[in-house]
Amino acid sequence: MTSLFDKALFEIILLSLTVSISAILISTLISLPIGTILGIKEFHGKKIIMRLIYTLMSLPPVLAGLIIYLIFSNSGPLGVIRWLYTPQVMVIAQILLATPIIIGLASAAVAAKAKRVQNTLTTLGASPRQSAWLVLREARGGIIAAVLTAFGRIFGEVGAVMLVGGNIRHSTRVLTTSIMLETRQGNFDMAIALGIVLLVISFCISSFILRLDKEKFK
Amino acid sequence: MPLFKLENISKIYANNTVLKNIDLTIESGISYAIIGPSGAGKSTLLRLMNLLELPSFGNLYYNDQSVANANESVLLPLRRQMTMVIQNSQMLAGTVEDNMKIGLKLRGLPNSIIQEKIKQALAFVGLKNLVNRKANTLSGGEIQRIALARAITLEPKVLFLDEPTANLDPQNVAMVESLISDIQKQFSTTVIIVTHNLFQAKRIAEEVIFMHQGKIIEKASAKTIFNDPAENLTKQFVHGTMIY
Repeated sequence: MTSLFDKALFEIILLSLTVSISAILISTLISLPIGTILGIKEFHGKKIIMRLIYTLMSLPPVLAGLIIYLIFSNSGPLGVIRWLYTPQVMVIAQILLATPIIIGLASAAVAAKAKRVQNTLTTLGASPRQSAWLVLREARGGIIAAVLTAFGRIFGEVGAVMLVGGNIRHSTRVLTTSIMLETRQGNFDMAIALGIVLLVISFCISSFILRLDKEKFK
Repeated sequence: MPLFKLENISKIYANNTVLKNIDLTIESGISYAIIGPSGAGKSTLLRLMNLLELPSFGNLYYNDQSVANANESVLLPLRRQMTMVIQNSQMLAGTVEDNMKIGLKLRGLPNSIIQEKIKQALAFVGLKNLVNRKANTLSGGEIQRIALARAITLEPKVLFLDEPTANLDPQNVAMVESLISDIQKQFSTTVIIVTHNLFQAKRIAEEVIFMHQGKIIEKASAKTIFNDPAENLTKQFVHGTMIY
């Protein structure tokens, strides 16, 4: 059995964090404006969009992986850039999984706050843009929950990253794919240890984000 | 020159005509009460004058400027000359001070002026000691008084009030009413209050507008409306004999 704290493990942890944090940051940047608009504005076709987003919130990771695989495979539309089996494509697969979750949960949080405070903000002289920003700020608890939920999902998922990353040692192996590999090889103690590492990292990141929110907005 | 002039204003929401051919003038520095049964269109009329909504038809003038078809860039600076306190005033997360800062920050005022205005407004409503209190720990009466203080800091030309005491106990009602009268007297603010409480309209307003089914039935001095109204409907309403 390999040592739990060897160089390879740190490499795996680092890649897991790099891929998932990059994915969550990009996904949050994409999702927040969309979630805010969906939460605040009423427009034709909004119901259909919301239904689509709620459906995509439960998109199976392996299906997300398959879609990205087909896009980036040699015969796919983006095959020419040769990103398949690289961390970049793993990030893209995780963005596909995280974005609907953040949009769906953030729009619900924004809508709940907007209903309560938007009228007050307008009567206080807020422009539509200022009002949207203040509502977003007011809904930060729900938004943080949305981001943490999405992070939990992508950090712990295996189907998509396995399919598009290939679990290549020193290249695309992350914590979840390592757990799968160790389990298949019968190294259950190692798999459990990796699982605990994954949980501890998740706990630390959640605590850090929640603490940051508390200190900044106390 | 009237502060507001409404000419043949109608407001329609999804085939439901809420305001019908409203003609109205509002003069500066006077206190008005809009009374009438539920569904008469009182709050909609208030929202139109606060430029929160635009009429479906007709002309709306504020300070002689036509705003019926104005876009947001025209409306925003005008809307900032007014403010509204509603029945369930909302406080945002943070302290009383944070909440009172919002409107002032939106207007880009420097921090030193913001602090001074907050101090003066809280003293005016008698809640100076609550400046650092979490807004979510305030009582209903305190919230309404803070909402009035928040409104004062903005030095509005027009203060709209939509049932501001509907959920308060008698002691807080008296306190809020007294504050509204003080604001009108001390700052020469035009006060327009929507209320179901006829006694409140009598106590606060110089002029009373009676609405029924989306129309203005009568506009006269409070004395006339309550003692000798010209219209039968008004008479029935103020005497409590109207069936609706």
